[in-house]
Amino acid sequence: MSGNMNLTLKVWRQPNSETPGKLVTYKAESISPDMSFLEMLDVVNESLIHKGEDPIHFDHDCREGICGMCSLYINGQPHGPKRAITTCQLHMRSFHDGQTITIEPWRASAFPVVKDLATDRSAFDRIQQAGGYVSVNTGGVPDANEIAIPKVIADEAFNSATCIGCGACVAACKNASAMLFVSAKISQFALLPQGQPERYRRAQSMVAQMDEEGFGSCTNTGACEAECPKEISLVNIGRMNNDYLSAKLFRQEEIAHHQE
Amino acid sequence: MILDAKIPAGPLAEKWGKHKFNLKLVNPANKRKYDVIVVGTGLAGASAAASLAELGYNVKAFCFQDSPRRAHSIAAQGGINAAKNYRNDGDSVYRLFYDTIKGGDYRAREGNVYRLAEVSVNIIDQCVAQGVPFAREYGGLLDTRSFGGAQVSRTFYARGQTGQQLLLGAYSALNRQIHLGKVKMYTRTEMLDVVVADGKAQGIITRNLKSGAIETHTGHAVLLCTGGYGNVFYLSTNAMGCNVTAAWRAHKRGAFFANPCYTQIHPTCIPVSGDHQSKLTLMSESLRNDGRVWAPKTVEVAQKLRKGELKVTDLKEEDRDYFLERKYPSFGNLVPRDVASRNAKEAVDEGKGVGASGVAVFLDFADAIARLGEDEVRARYGNLFDMYAQITDENPYKTPMRIYPAVHYTMGGLWVDYNLQTTIPGLYCLGEANFSDHGANRLGASALMQGLSDGYFVIPYTLGDYLATIGPKPVDASNPAFAKTKQDVEERIAKLLSLRGTKTVDEYHRELGLIMWEYCGMARTAEGLTKAKGLIHALKEDFWKNAIVLGVNEEFNSSLEKAGRVADFIELGELMVDDALMRSESCGGHFRVESQTEEGEALRDDDNFAFVAAWEYAGENQPEVLNKEALVYENVKLTQRSYK
Repeated sequence: MSGNMNLTLKVWRQPNSETPGKLVTYKAESISPDMSFLEMLDVVNESLIHKGEDPIHFDHDCREGICGMCSLYINGQPHGPKRAITTCQLHMRSFHDGQTITIEPWRASAFPVVKDLATDRSAFDRIQQAGGYVSVNTGGVPDANEIAIPKVIADEAFNSATCIGCGACVAACKNASAMLFVSAKISQFALLPQGQPERYRRAQSMVAQMDEEGFGSCTNTGACEAECPKEISLVNIGRMNNDYLSAKLFRQEEIAHHQE
Repeated sequence: MILDAKIPAGPLAEKWGKHKFNLKLVNPANKRKYDVIVVGTGLAGASAAASLAELGYNVKAFCFQDSPRRAHSIAAQGGINAAKNYRNDGDSVYRLFYDTIKGGDYRAREGNVYRLAEVSVNIIDQCVAQGVPFAREYGGLLDTRSFGGAQVSRTFYARGQTGQQLLLGAYSALNRQIHLGKVKMYTRTEMLDVVVADGKAQGIITRNLKSGAIETHTGHAVLLCTGGYGNVFYLSTNAMGCNVTAAWRAHKRGAFFANPCYTQIHPTCIPVSGDHQSKLTLMSESLRNDGRVWAPKTVEVAQKLRKGELKVTDLKEEDRDYFLERKYPSFGNLVPRDVASRNAKEAVDEGKGVGASGVAVFLDFADAIARLGEDEVRARYGNLFDMYAQITDENPYKTPMRIYPAVHYTMGGLWVDYNLQTTIPGLYCLGEANFSDHGANRLGASALMQGLSDGYFVIPYTLGDYLATIGPKPVDASNPAFAKTKQDVEERIAKLLSLRGTKTVDEYHRELGLIMWEYCGMARTAEGLTKAKGLIHALKEDFWKNAIVLGVNEEFNSSLEKAGRVADFIELGELMVDDALMRSESCGGHFRVESQTEEGEALRDDDNFAFVAAWEYAGENQPEVLNKEALVYENVKLTQRSYK
C-alpha cells in the first residue's frame, strides 16, 4: 500500500437543469488509496460543508456495484478508467499522487442534469414501462419446474438480465444511443419461453419509446460494450434488431405461426 | 393497550387457508374506488403495489431513489428459500417453518412463520412466470443450494445476484401497472409523516427531493415497505439511503415499534479498512457452502501473520483452527449467522485475528479450488470474488478472503398483526420494516422470501378486509389532521435548516454508529447499555444545537435530507438501547454477556422473555411504554438451540 495522495479535482457544478454549469477546481488532500472514489468525494464534501459551501451533489446508493445509481464521467470515461466496474467500486489506488481528475455528469439530452453530477435517467423507466415485462398477474401460475429451460439459454438470458440500468452505455456513445440497455432487456425475455407471446410487440413498443425519449441511433462503434460495468454484449443489439425487423416485416399472426 | 395479533385459531396448516376465507372481500366494481399508498418500492413495496393494482385498486407508489429499480433489495446476493423439495432431501413446509422458528431462537410467531413457509412455494412459481432467470441444471430444471441453519438444499438463486433479479421481476410487474395507469409512481420523493385522521391512517406528507415541494397525498390505506434501519450503526451493509424515517414518524403517530434491539450481524463481510469508510460490503453466505472459515491456532502465529513474517499460504494445516467445523460438526461452516458471527468475534477477541487491523478471520477456498477446479469456483461465485478483489486489492483465488461480521439486517420493526396492520388502523407494514417473521435472528435467504410473501401473497388478501370495513367513500382531505401534519413537517424542516453549528451531520451519524456498535452491537451488557443511553442522549442535545445544515428547502439538498434521517436515527438508537437493556436474556443476534451457557452460547430465558416487546411512544422526552405480546408455541418445543 502506498501513502496518501493529494489530488486536483475539476468538478462540473450546475445548480439545476435550467442554469448553465461550469467546471470548478477543488483540492482533495490526504486521500487514502483504499478509499473508493465516492468516499473520496465524501471527504471533499465534508470539508466543503465545514467551510459553509454547498457540497457536490452526486447520485449513489448501494455502493456495492449493483443498484446502478452511481454514475460519473471520470477523465472522459463513464465509471472511470477500470473495466467492468461502477464508480462506487473504483478505488483511489487507480490514481496517483498529484493527478488532476475531471469529473462530469452523464452527457445525453435524454438524461438532463438534475444538479451537479446527478442526471435524470427516468427515460429508462419509461422504456421499460412500454413493454419490458411478461404480462402475468400474481397467483395462478404453473409450477416453476413445469417448463424446462436449457441451462445455456437460461445462462444467456441471465447475462442479458445483469444490466443495472446505470446509463454508462448512453454516456459512452457518441450518439447517446440507448440500444445496449434496451436490447439487454428485450433479449432476456426473447430468450425465455415466458417472454414469447409478447416478444415482437415488446420489441416494437420498447424501440418506439426509446426513439421518443430522444436517444440517438446506433452506429455499431461498440463504446457501449467497452464501458458497460456489467459487460453486456453487443450480441443483444443484433438480437433486438432481428426481433424488431421480424415484427415490422410480418404480421403478428404470421409470427405466431412461424414460431410453431 | 392489549395487543391482539389476530392469529387464527386451529391447526397450524389450516390457519391461513381458513383466515383467507373469513376475510371480507371488496367487489371488483368497488376496488377502483379505493386509493392505496405504498411507500418504498423494494421487494415488498413493488410486489405489493403491482399485486394491488392488478386487483383493481388505485395505487400511488413512492420511493426516494431515482427509480424503483434501485431499492436495496437489489443488493441481496445469495438466494431465496422455498419448501419445494425438488431435491427429494426431506424438505417440507413444516421443515422450513421449523428451521425458521429455531433459527430465530424462538422469538417469532408460529402462525406468521408457517404462512411464510407455506407461500414460499408460490413465490418461486410467480417469479419464474415473470421471466426471472434463476440458475438451472443441465436438465433444464431449477438448481438449488444450501444456506446456514438448514440441512436441506432449498435455496433458489440467480448467481450472486438473486436480489437484483427478483427485484427486477417485481419492478417489471410494477412497470406494467404504471403503463396501464393503475399505479402512479413518485420517484425522488421521501415520506416525512403519516396523516392519522379520525384514528385511521388516511394519507402521507412527502418532500419532493428535487424541488423541495411538501405535498399531501390521501389514501384509504397506507403501506410502509421501507426496509430496515441498520444504518443506525453508520457502518452497515445497507445502501447509503436506507433509513428509518418513515417508520419512525409513524411510530411517533401511534404505531408501536417491536423488538428494536434485534439486529442481525452478518458473519462474512469485508473488514473495515479505515476511518474514511462509508459502508461495508457483504460477501454472500452462500460462499460458506464451499469456503472454510478459520483463524490461526495460536496468538503467536496470528501475530506473525499480521506483521508479515509468515505468509498465509505457507501456514501448515496444524496451525489452522477451523473453529466452526470443530465446534459444530453437524452444521460446520453452515451454522446460522449469529453463531458464526459470535465465533469470529471470539477468535479476534482472543488475539487470533488476521489482516492489518487484526479484526478479521479467514474464509478459505483452497480446498474447494483443489476439489472443483478454479473454473467451477469462478462459475459459482465469480462476481463475489471480483468484488472482493476490487475492494481489497487481493486475489481471493490465491489467498483466503479476510472476513468479519457486520451489521446487516434488522429483525425489529413496526409491530403488525397477522394481517400486517400496525397499531394504527389503515397503516400496514411489510417486509423488513415490520418485525414479524424472523424472531431474534434471520436465517439466510429468508429476507427475500418475506418481502415477496408479504407483497405478492399476504397483503392482497388482508388489505381487502380492512377496505371493505371502511367503505369506498372518498378520503376527506379537509380533515384538519392533514393541514396540521403538513405544518408539523414544515416546521421541522425550518428548524433543521436553522442549524448553523460546527459539526456535520455525517460526523454525528458516525459518532452514533460507534456508540451503537460498541454497546448495542454483537455483545451487550447492562453496564455498557446504561452508558450508551447517556451518550446518545447527550449526542441528541448537541445535534439540535451544533449541527451544520446548509442550503434551503427549495432545491436538491442532501445535507437537509441527511439531517432529518440522522435526527431520527438518534431517537431510534435511544429506543434500541432501552429495549436491549430490558431484555436481559440472550437470544439470536442479541447476545447479553450476562446470559450465556457454560459453552458460551446464547442462553434464553423463556420464563421471563417469551414475548414481543412493542414500544409505545409517549411524547417528547418521555420514556416509551412497554407493551408485551406473549409468544405462544403450540407446535414446537422450546429448546436450547444447538447446531452441534
